[in-house]
Amino acid sequence: MFEARIYVTLKEGILDPQGKAVKGGLANMGYQGVADVRVGKFLVLTLDSPDRRQAEQSVREMCDRLLANPVIEDYTFEVQEASS
Amino acid sequence: MSERKPDWEEMGLTRTEYDQICGLLGREPNYLETGLFAVLWSEHCAYNHSKPVLKLFPTTGSRVLQGPGENAGIVDIGDGQGIVFKMESHNHPSAIEPYQGAATGVGGIVRDIFTMGARPIASLNSLRFGDLSDPRVRYLFSGVVAGIGDYGNCLGIPTVGGEVFFDPSFKDNPLVNAMSVGLVEHDQIRRGAAAGPGNQVLLVGARTGRDGIHGCTFASEELSEESEQRRPAVQVGDPFMEKLLIEACLEVIAAGLVVGIQDLGAAGLTSSSAEMAGRAGTGLDLDVALVPRREEGMTPYEVMLSESQERMLLVIEPEREQGVRRIVEKWGLEATVIGRVTGDGIYRIRDGAGVVAEVPVRFLTDEAPVYYPEVSEPAYYEERRNWPVAETPVPDDLNRVLRRLLADPNIASKEWVYRQYDQTVMTNTVVPPGADAAVLRIKGTRKGIALTTDGNARYCYLDPYRGGLQAVAEAARNLSCVGAEPLGITDCLNFGNPEKPEIFWQFREAVRGMCEACQVLEIPVVSGNVSFYNETNGEAIRPVPVVGMVGLLPDIEMRCTSQFQQPGDTILLLGQFRPGLGASEYLAVIHGVEAGGVPRLDLAVEARTQACCRSLVRGGILKSAHDCAEGGLGVTLAECCIAGRVGALIDDIPVLEEPREDNLLFGETQSAIVVTCAPARLPLVIQAAREHDIPYLALGSVGGDSLVIRHDGGRIMINLPVEEMESLWRESIPSLMA
Amino acid sequence: MRFGVVVFPASNCDMDTYHVVDQVLGHPVSYIWHREQNLDGFDCVILPGGFAYGDYLRAGAIARFAPIMESLPAFAGRGGLVLGICNGLQVLLEAGLLPGAMRRNDSLQFRCRDVLLRVENVRTPFTNRYRTGEVIRMPIAHGEGNYYADPETLAELEREGRIVFRYCSAAGEILPAANPNGALGNIAGICNRRGNVLGLMPHPERCSESILGNTDGLGIWQSILHWWGAAREQEAVRNV
Repeated sequence: MFEARIYVTLKEGILDPQGKAVKGGLANMGYQGVADVRVGKFLVLTLDSPDRRQAEQSVREMCDRLLANPVIEDYTFEVQEASS
Repeated sequence: MSERKPDWEEMGLTRTEYDQICGLLGREPNYLETGLFAVLWSEHCAYNHSKPVLKLFPTTGSRVLQGPGENAGIVDIGDGQGIVFKMESHNHPSAIEPYQGAATGVGGIVRDIFTMGARPIASLNSLRFGDLSDPRVRYLFSGVVAGIGDYGNCLGIPTVGGEVFFDPSFKDNPLVNAMSVGLVEHDQIRRGAAAGPGNQVLLVGARTGRDGIHGCTFASEELSEESEQRRPAVQVGDPFMEKLLIEACLEVIAAGLVVGIQDLGAAGLTSSSAEMAGRAGTGLDLDVALVPRREEGMTPYEVMLSESQERMLLVIEPEREQGVRRIVEKWGLEATVIGRVTGDGIYRIRDGAGVVAEVPVRFLTDEAPVYYPEVSEPAYYEERRNWPVAETPVPDDLNRVLRRLLADPNIASKEWVYRQYDQTVMTNTVVPPGADAAVLRIKGTRKGIALTTDGNARYCYLDPYRGGLQAVAEAARNLSCVGAEPLGITDCLNFGNPEKPEIFWQFREAVRGMCEACQVLEIPVVSGNVSFYNETNGEAIRPVPVVGMVGLLPDIEMRCTSQFQQPGDTILLLGQFRPGLGASEYLAVIHGVEAGGVPRLDLAVEARTQACCRSLVRGGILKSAHDCAEGGLGVTLAECCIAGRVGALIDDIPVLEEPREDNLLFGETQSAIVVTCAPARLPLVIQAAREHDIPYLALGSVGGDSLVIRHDGGRIMINLPVEEMESLWRESIPSLMA
Repeated sequence: MRFGVVVFPASNCDMDTYHVVDQVLGHPVSYIWHREQNLDGFDCVILPGGFAYGDYLRAGAIARFAPIMESLPAFAGRGGLVLGICNGLQVLLEAGLLPGAMRRNDSLQFRCRDVLLRVENVRTPFTNRYRTGEVIRMPIAHGEGNYYADPETLAELEREGRIVFRYCSAAGEILPAANPNGALGNIAGICNRRGNVLGLMPHPERCSESILGNTDGLGIWQSILHWWGAAREQEAVRNV
């Protein structure tokens, strides 16, 4: 079993109103040093695969087809053996 | 070794209650059995403190198809159709986690409607928060509104009305009262009874996790710092699953496959199954090992008490199982047989082979103790009633007062709230939020239904009896203003700790007032909910019984809204005009005083005034109708001008015996409706008023672009441009929430 | 002319859309379950508003893989009409039948209110009964209506006249103040190159009956019927 940790983020240059709102909220709380906030998604997939390479291949396909929208989102991921 | 509380005490039972249970069973209950009793005998499920008082409500009438005792009430609207409706509170969860607390509140009340076989067609909600200058209050307010919106919008049910009020007493105890309304054909009505020994019990919907275990005992306690730690007790809703449940259940019911059906709410599987057995007089044999779970290692106790959302319990004949399964699985849902109905009246729970609990059903459902708490009139009551309101100074600048009142969050536009709700999905919304009542069409007929929620916490605090009276009267008046005849009531009674005599006095008096109004106005209570223990660190909320009311328009084209329409239209006041400063929003906002006598209400005059208004609306004679409420006549007139984007000249107000100008403009009165008509129709209005034997006052005419109110004799008291009034009124809450 | 209204799990406005075609237009219409794959016999397929699959992950992201969506490209390729309303547009974008993507409203809140739209292109099967530049009123009800497309795509849409509706002021001006959700270019609705696939965020099915206070949406249905009638006439002439 493998565990894939996937980070989906808005592409550079795409306006992120949620990030802006969070940055404003932090500033209101007194954290003036926060230069920027981008809000994305974090997904954890537990998947059965013969080996790491195939697991990574599957995850890449899943990201391209469903998990990220290529028009507005980028993604990165790490695959490791699932613990226990 | 440290002292450990006994299980029954941890679970919220008293020593006496525990002893009673032992007496009934003839033995001590085991852990699971204790848990069953603890939830079913809790205030939320058993109404131990409120039952005797609730019995005062009139609950029958020619239009009542289903009164209290089922999942929701039903009134007949003719053509073989009924309206199913109920209101419920989700106050305690919303105080801890506002978004999910409010969302699951909506989910829960909607399930109570479609479980009766009705398609939910509208939602309303009555909300109360503390002062908006407090950041935590703003957090609770925005969380609750977002939670209601996200859940309700995803279900595709329009949120068409409600109310929002702000008062410091709700700071730590926000009130979230959610109302759901559904349409049903008489022959599709289903009830929550587990009838027919040998029938199967099916669990449909979400898997069971550890959500909200003891959520209903949590609702039966005051909040404290410890409550914050109990965040796991708040359930998380899945509106997508609920929407699928709505479609699947309605389809299964329409196919005639269901004997009994009930949703799982407070106390989860326990209360749902026990109540179904109790109603049918049967027994149940359930196996927790069969319940689909989403967590590992759940004990039978946890399975029985879980309050995981979006689950329904169906009782079906065994030969129907395939048919039910086909429909449920088409909608992508799970259906699992978890037990069967028996004829022995025993509530038996197994875990695989072994029996883990065995208790006669009626011990759980019928033997909960009933309490008759002490009642004592609080010291503040006389004190506040006799406050020398007459000594309050009259402000010089009345324009300034009106500006401040229009910007008062209790009076200002609530658009910030309802623009987050889908108000028009299902394409039935004919009068959307912002009017006295929402009006929905009933497709395929000429009929319409009108919906409103009403309650005044200040009135109820200062005079619970009059407050209760007024809550019912105002709701009915709002329906009459749009041209609807009130059919029935659902209510949410929100109070503090009933074990305190002063609080129970508030409760009893408020219900007494409501009952009197229900009787004279002939409007039965068909469903409702009590929420006690709305207190933090010993401080109770202002008590507020919230009335949710449904009315019928025989011809939806004959309806009325509140906006002034045409320059030249005549403005009148129908009904009684006896303004008083006591208990008014004006006195509280401008002078910082919450005191004085709550406006008197003459129910007979109220009934005749409403009947007169309805007959004028139905005769197509009125151009607008708006009842006089918070802020008095001045605010009511301003609201009509703002809605119609046109001014008015009010120059006929007669000199009253006590010519205080602030009272004239902002004093509050009952049984008064501001109406307009074309000048040519004025004689018809006067004739109707005479026929109904109600007073009326000519006030002036619509026109210009300012609201000008002139004292008889010429002195101008109010002169404000409508655009300025609108701006203050519209921008108030958005700017506070920016 | 036969209409079909696709029903995904948790579509909401399917019944509203069906009602307009059935009761207001009086035309044959059926529901198309998302697991269906056969679109034979339909002339116009509507993807209605709602929250298909709860809008989980992204609005329309999961719905676009429903079996019915496998047949839709061929149906559109044959010239069948496809109308995506609100969630329907989101599904079309995720499926690539229209270009671009939807993001969350810039207010981060759900918005339900009337908006004003300028009809930019009246040469489509869906808008031929309007006048170019006409300002109409329609309700919106969405949380993710913030349209985005990269600069090349936007330029192409502009060039090819495929921006069909834009949010505008009462005077028909394309202003930020008229934009309810932050959509680039105030874009409220777009079509494909051929013009037979249209998606818009506002809800025409909610403004097609006078009892609801607004009939500006009727033009879309009338346009569809008019286009269909004209197409039938042409065919008849050819067959003579």
